[in-house]
Amino acid sequence: MIVDPRILRRRKRFDAAFRHLSFCAAALGVLLLIVFLTKIVVDGYPRLSLDFIKGALSRRPARTGIWPAVIGSFEIMLLTIAFAVPLGVAAAVYLEEFVTRQNPFTRFVQLNIANLAGVPSIVYGLLGLSVFVWTFGLGQSIISGALTMTLLVLPMVIIVTQESLKAVPRSYREGSLALGSSRWQSIRLQVLPSAAPGIMTGVILAVSRAIGETAPLIVVGAVSFVTTTPTNLRSNYTVLPIQIFDWAMDSKSEFNKAAAGAILVLMLVLLAINSVAIVLRARKRT
Amino acid sequence: MHSAEPLSTPPTTFGLGRRRPLAKLMSEAAIRWFCFACALISVATTFGIVWVLLSQSLHFFTKVSPLDFLGSADWRPGTSPPHFGVIPLIAGTLMITIGAGVLTLPLGLLSAIYLSEYAVPKVRGVLKPALELLAGIPTVVYGYFGLFFVTPALKHLFPAIKSSNAAAGAIVVAIMILPLVSSLCEDALRAVPKALREGAYGLGSTKAEVTTRIVVPGALSGVMAACILALSRALGETMAVTLAAGANPQLTLNPLDGIQTMTAYIVQTSKGDVDFGSVRYYSIFAVGVTLFVFTLAMNLVAQRLVRKFRQVYA
Repeated sequence: MIVDPRILRRRKRFDAAFRHLSFCAAALGVLLLIVFLTKIVVDGYPRLSLDFIKGALSRRPARTGIWPAVIGSFEIMLLTIAFAVPLGVAAAVYLEEFVTRQNPFTRFVQLNIANLAGVPSIVYGLLGLSVFVWTFGLGQSIISGALTMTLLVLPMVIIVTQESLKAVPRSYREGSLALGSSRWQSIRLQVLPSAAPGIMTGVILAVSRAIGETAPLIVVGAVSFVTTTPTNLRSNYTVLPIQIFDWAMDSKSEFNKAAAGAILVLMLVLLAINSVAIVLRARKRT
Repeated sequence: MHSAEPLSTPPTTFGLGRRRPLAKLMSEAAIRWFCFACALISVATTFGIVWVLLSQSLHFFTKVSPLDFLGSADWRPGTSPPHFGVIPLIAGTLMITIGAGVLTLPLGLLSAIYLSEYAVPKVRGVLKPALELLAGIPTVVYGYFGLFFVTPALKHLFPAIKSSNAAAGAIVVAIMILPLVSSLCEDALRAVPKALREGAYGLGSTKAEVTTRIVVPGALSGVMAACILALSRALGETMAVTLAAGANPQLTLNPLDGIQTMTAYIVQTSKGDVDFGSVRYYSIFAVGVTLFVFTLAMNLVAQRLVRKFRQVYA
């Protein structure tokens, strides 16, 4: 076969150029991450101190702290897990374990869950504002915020749990049923324990979402200037991302630096939570 | 399951065995119903969203005619009388979405191509976690980055830039959706059967030719679905654009100007003191329903494309 060497050279040049181009695109993600983290650390590190973390909110930028926001974020996180995990796992168990064959109802539920995962988070805020804050009369309280967050992370918990239930071999269920256990016994004692690492990954994803999410909580009325830590479920509250938002919007540049300090704290917490997820995933593989 | 027990021992009771069979059956049924009810929550949430958005914006539309809402480019909710022409907010939202899409879709596809076709496991082991970390950064942090890094950087190039501007908003949203585009496109590319690639190699193609002429066209519907999902994410993105792009509802094509998106309006209004039951209170639902219609339409198109793409290779 005769090939024109010039054409061959051109094709080889295109091949090399394309490889380099796609590598640059993929490396851009790493580069951006480094730039991002550097910027945050440079701006935020000088503000980082135990006084800053444990300090109360103040209108004076040099003395302000983030403790009420830290506690608020922590409580929102705990309540969201407490609501979303049982509900999400139970819904996934129903769809994967109790329904033996796909029927129009489960298909409808499945479509619903897929669509809900694509709804902008701020729309959940509007739902929470109308239903929890006003219709249920819970007010602009921590419980309204946690319930709104629950609805927001529920589709994610359901989807991830379903995936890990699907990964449990059929033989586990069959073996357990053949030994005379009921369906729920085989779910509780065989299926759920072996799906647990996968479910945990989903829970951690949901938790990091609940900690980082801001928009819906602003809509359901987390207040920005909260000087005291929340005492009960009906208290006013603020969370770290909202504190960051307010300080970043402030015209005083000292407050902008405080925002960077709060970002650093938030990112460290998220990093800690996510490394748990990575460890769990690594364990599952072995 | 774990250890073989001698046959003489009674079968294990798994904690429920001492109860009478009827009670056991009852509790089985109760658990089943509980799980069923939990599955229903997702349906209830969807209906709740639709109901809340429609009923609350109905209050708004009794006071402001839908024609004025959709047909006017004058958005001044604070003046008296207020003007609620939603076009500037839609334009601002689309500007961010399209800007972010133009910046990120080619990059995301190329990075997916590298990860799925070229990367050796070692390089992949660095790139993939970096993208996942980028995806895990809260959106408010992206907003900070836009306000205090992207805008100052742009200021060197365009001194006339506003401190909040559409360009910075589009750039941070582009960075934010890059991991999503990349990972969804990668899944689509990986789903293309190996035999197709090998056939093309067998005919003497180079790797770049196989990728651009066989793999990407073969994964096209999946790639398109990824792009639409990413754009719908950009459309609903809130905190980053509120911080980076500003609160200035105006109709402009200049990316150096401040704009306001639909989501940013909802945040701005929620943060201010707005009386329950006032026109401004209901206006956030009218804006919300507009946003919801946009994202729902995009998600439905993406789902249809994904289904089509599954049928091809499943």
